[in-house]
Amino acid sequence: MSGLQYDVTIIGGGVTGAAVARELSRYQLKTCLVEKTEDVCSGTSKANSAIVHAGYDAAEGSMKAKMNVEGNRMMGELSKDLDFPFRRNGSLVLCFAEEDRPALQALYERGVANGVPDLKIISGDEVRAMEPNVTDEVVAALFAPTGGIVCPFNLNIALAENACDNGVEFKFLTEVTDITRIEGGYKLAVKGKEDITTRFVVNAAGVYADVFHNMVSEDKIEIVPRKGDYCLLDQEAGKHVDKTIFQLPGKYGKGVLVAPTIHGNLLIGPTATDIEEKEGTYTTAKELAEVTEKSARGVKNIPYRQVITSFSGLRAHEAHDEFIIGEAAEGFYDAAGIESPGLSSAPAIGVYLAEMIAGKAQAAKKENFIATRKGIPHVSAMSREERAALIKERPDYGTIVCRCENVSEGEIVDSIRRTLGARSLDGIKRRVRQGMGRCQAGFCTPRTMEILSREAGIPMEEICKNQPGSEMITGEA
Amino acid sequence: MTHHDIVIIGGGPAGLSAAAAARKAGIQDILILERDGVLGGILNQCIHNGFGLHTFKEELTGPEYASRYIAMVEEEKIPYKLNTIVVDINKQREVTYINKEEGLVTIQAGAVILAMGCRERPRGALNTPGYRPAGIYSAGTAQRLMNIEGYCVGKEVVILGSGDIGLIMARRMTLEGAKVKVVAELMPYSGGLKRNIVQCLDDYGIPLKLSHTIINIEGKDRLTGITLAEVDSNRNPIPGTEEHYSCDTLLLSVGLIPENELSKGAGVSMNRITSGPNVDDCLETEVEGIYACGNVLHVHDLVDFVSQEAALAGENAAAYVKDGKEKEKAHRVALAAENGVRYTVPQVLNVDTMKDTVTVRFRVADVYKDRYIAIYYDDKLISRKKKKVLAPGEMEQVVLKKSSFADYPEIKQIKICTEVE
Repeated sequence: MSGLQYDVTIIGGGVTGAAVARELSRYQLKTCLVEKTEDVCSGTSKANSAIVHAGYDAAEGSMKAKMNVEGNRMMGELSKDLDFPFRRNGSLVLCFAEEDRPALQALYERGVANGVPDLKIISGDEVRAMEPNVTDEVVAALFAPTGGIVCPFNLNIALAENACDNGVEFKFLTEVTDITRIEGGYKLAVKGKEDITTRFVVNAAGVYADVFHNMVSEDKIEIVPRKGDYCLLDQEAGKHVDKTIFQLPGKYGKGVLVAPTIHGNLLIGPTATDIEEKEGTYTTAKELAEVTEKSARGVKNIPYRQVITSFSGLRAHEAHDEFIIGEAAEGFYDAAGIESPGLSSAPAIGVYLAEMIAGKAQAAKKENFIATRKGIPHVSAMSREERAALIKERPDYGTIVCRCENVSEGEIVDSIRRTLGARSLDGIKRRVRQGMGRCQAGFCTPRTMEILSREAGIPMEEICKNQPGSEMITGEA
Repeated sequence: MTHHDIVIIGGGPAGLSAAAAARKAGIQDILILERDGVLGGILNQCIHNGFGLHTFKEELTGPEYASRYIAMVEEEKIPYKLNTIVVDINKQREVTYINKEEGLVTIQAGAVILAMGCRERPRGALNTPGYRPAGIYSAGTAQRLMNIEGYCVGKEVVILGSGDIGLIMARRMTLEGAKVKVVAELMPYSGGLKRNIVQCLDDYGIPLKLSHTIINIEGKDRLTGITLAEVDSNRNPIPGTEEHYSCDTLLLSVGLIPENELSKGAGVSMNRITSGPNVDDCLETEVEGIYACGNVLHVHDLVDFVSQEAALAGENAAAYVKDGKEKEKAHRVALAAENGVRYTVPQVLNVDTMKDTVTVRFRVADVYKDRYIAIYYDDKLISRKKKKVLAPGEMEQVVLKKSSFADYPEIKQIKICTEVE
């Protein structure tokens, strides 16, 4: 390996980086993934619509279209192999005016050209028969049965865990500050830590992908953080719609979506505001109001009083509206501009880049690749018998810590002890949903902090919400 | 399936009082199910004094008050299970709970008493814009971390909402050496008790800003500051009134919500205003044999009234179990809350079977000065009592006498309202 530490170093532990890591772990390559925060799934991958798009949106022949359709196709089997929640609930694109019908037709044709199966244009009444809460304004819709919803956290985490099980090394709290070309590869300077040398680099740095790209390439790119605010509603509102409801961009502008989440909440949003700050994950009153206002156009009687939280995510928007995937400089591979449909595309991007890199490295496949991963048991969803048997074996599955989401101590313990276990409260929350319910961690925070402290050997004073600097307490009383 | 005469969901002040009263009424087979590791509920973290003035005629701390009721339960050897969470109750009063030792168990209850208490409204429910850093706590979570676990949650504090827990925590954090910079309240009046404003804010020089709210939260990792603004009469921020406060901690005391997921699961009808079950004068819900009391029924200010209410639920559940069936409730009269009265508990009175007196508790919608509280039987004014001050933060009550209904055999509605003159 010519003295370099790694064959491949992936920058970024979001869903794209994790998917590339997982696919690369099929090959005989020494791979590491560096992530600047304390956990995977800490940026764009944790705050998005959690949708697996059917693939009719992107232009025919674009990388976005190819990756989306292929990613969507892969998702069903992947969710079984890696044990994360996914459901094809189908999606509808609502058309509000007769004059917008040509645009709906164009969307249908684009979808067909992209290879999206089973697309259909249906009438307003057919839409309302399917979704009684769709407004009377709607005159037609594009129905895509292959559209889905997914747990974005556990998709990302499952890919990472499986990569780790297959030998990929994960380095957290590892912030790359500079990349320089060296003999046979690259040297990555890391803030406060030793340099990393590597033959290949994968740039999956989300909103920072332009920074790394521009360190090695003369062909500069710019990634603009495109902020989207969302509101999440209580599970009592979760059945308000069954399908993912999009609005056709038209005379009323670009709408927002209304969708059930895979965990039974209702999600509305996002807005789209270009900002400068790459960490600008704040919501604004104006945008939250916009979410409410726009969502009501397509879906009536949304119980806005049942909002349990609002949040903001940053899409890594590239000026040409296209994914930049491929070799940007010798041995330096971009997965840049991965905005929507990035979550849907991640599995396909992983395969695409891994094959490209393995080809270049002439790496052979491993014989002992572990293709499956088992998730943390979701105890409250089990049958009575299963649950009873499990509690007998592990009594801590019988102590409920998060009462809103029915999460047991055993599940929290698992989330900490397993491969790439959680080291922060947000890490636990993303893995097992502790604190995601209607009380938003009011009751279970103290208990969860204790469990994390005990299991991970972190002093209480050092327990963080997410990365260092987000300590929960300031000392003893 | 194991059977118990009375199963009480929750071992806090309501559950304990209900248990003691049910035993006093002669029921032997009682079981209390408590999700925490100790009895006493939220009182365990309320280490300040001010509890028990009505019940024990002395001023106790929360844990002291709880210990008196725990002692009654222990003396009476009333069985209880700790670290046991109820996951389901159905109309047939089958109660399913889960714990480490037994796993998932379903038992049959003769009567069920709902006493699960309430939870705090979280930041998310307010839709406050800004970042989502560490350092934002509901007041009760901070209180638990401080008083039970022994940790300080922050040094520079802003409190949003003037509910009682927020006021208590303003003083508590000050005593721990933190600087509480301001308490902001969206409404033009406080949601807490007058005595708490005096003893927890005024005595420590902590400003209370009414008609103010937080319009931005800053800090990517830990909270670094907030922006406060005055609001107009529609509760919209007024441009130009913004004030910035640097702080590492934001406590929220913006309302309590009765925890009724189990009640809803049992098919109990819910009241839109109280967010608790609709009950009659027996504190029985609309599902036979299921009773409710304490903060799960409606949020109280004083634990003394929780204990009184719960004792009544305990007695009535005991009577139901002993009779083996519901009393004939032939003449049900609805209580209407009007003109400034937001709700009443109970919502229905059984005129035939009611006790000699029934206490009706309610809250008003706004701060009123020199108003009357009036009671009407249908259109007939029955009583009018002048009150110098009425405030939403202070629960009010009237007492209805059975004898007063003798002249109204056909009564259809009891109206409780405020009147100006």
